[in-house]
Amino acid sequence: MMKRDECLKVLARHRTDEIVVAVYKAAQEWIHICPSDLNYTFTGAMGQGSSHALGLALGRPDKRVIVLDGDGSLLMNLGSLVTIANAAPKNLIHCVCENGTYETNGAVSIPGARRVSFVGLARAAGYPKGYEFGSLEEWEREVGRILKEEGPILVDLKVVPAGEYPEDFRRLYSVEFREVFRKTVQK
Amino acid sequence: MELKASDIIREIKRAAIRFVVALPDRTTSEHLLKPILQDRELRVVQVCKEDEGISICSGLYSTGQRALLLIQHTGLLDSINSLRGVAVEGQNPVCMMVGLLGKEPGVAPTQSQRYGLRIVEPILDAMGIEHHLIEGAEDITKIAPAVGRAYERSAPVVLLIGREPR
Repeated sequence: MMKRDECLKVLARHRTDEIVVAVYKAAQEWIHICPSDLNYTFTGAMGQGSSHALGLALGRPDKRVIVLDGDGSLLMNLGSLVTIANAAPKNLIHCVCENGTYETNGAVSIPGARRVSFVGLARAAGYPKGYEFGSLEEWEREVGRILKEEGPILVDLKVVPAGEYPEDFRRLYSVEFREVFRKTVQK
Repeated sequence: MELKASDIIREIKRAAIRFVVALPDRTTSEHLLKPILQDRELRVVQVCKEDEGISICSGLYSTGQRALLLIQHTGLLDSINSLRGVAVEGQNPVCMMVGLLGKEPGVAPTQSQRYGLRIVEPILDAMGIEHHLIEGAEDITKIAPAVGRAYERSAPVVLLIGREPR
């Protein structure tokens, strides 16, 4: 298992100009680990991160889009795996931070915790590729290559909670920050 | 006068919409969605559940693309939380075309015999969402201005399709 913030720091070291859509705990950490006007945290409702990412990927096929989804979030929008596979955006990388719990909502286990195969679900839905990572060394070794691969790809990141990061949902869903994102992405 | 699907498609294009995000609705599938699926000027994204569409349209908006979500009123009711958080609070101009399955011709939705139809407009009013009934040829001209206003205001709009277009 990887500490989630350490796992995100690895991704941050390899990020160049990708759009990153992040939800819940991953988002709260990501905006501090890798601040950027190309961070999109304005997902508005649980489970919707992957769908926002699909819209962004279809609207800007020339830009890579990475989504940092949660396992509980993805379970709430499993159909999006089929929708994404069917739309087949080559520029979409769908990372799932699998911590086995609804961490934001009291850390109660998700149904099927640590038994559900998110790569298996994605492959069955039609994603051409999927990877699982449970160690930082392995993730560090492969992430650069994966970010260049043709999508859609599902990457299951097996994580445990990280250190303390401030929780600020008003910042995550801020329309002002969304407007900055919108202007940046349309440049 | 009869509601023509070809007129609706023309107005969708006049509103600069290039993406149609859709989940089939019995009122609009045959004469609206099926021709749209064949239309090279419109890209269709088929979704498994309607709330996905609200977020896909919002993502597209951020990239500068205009989209229409074509669904049934049951899907609208199923998507209330996304409509609340993503479209209204998130100030995204999500434009929805919503078939009112089973609405009696010429009867206002709030006067329908069907509970599921009677509640649609009051719910949209409670959420502060602009809506228009598209039921006859005279309503077609409402479409493009309503979409334009949604983008000007960065707010959602719902176009309720009151009868099956032909």
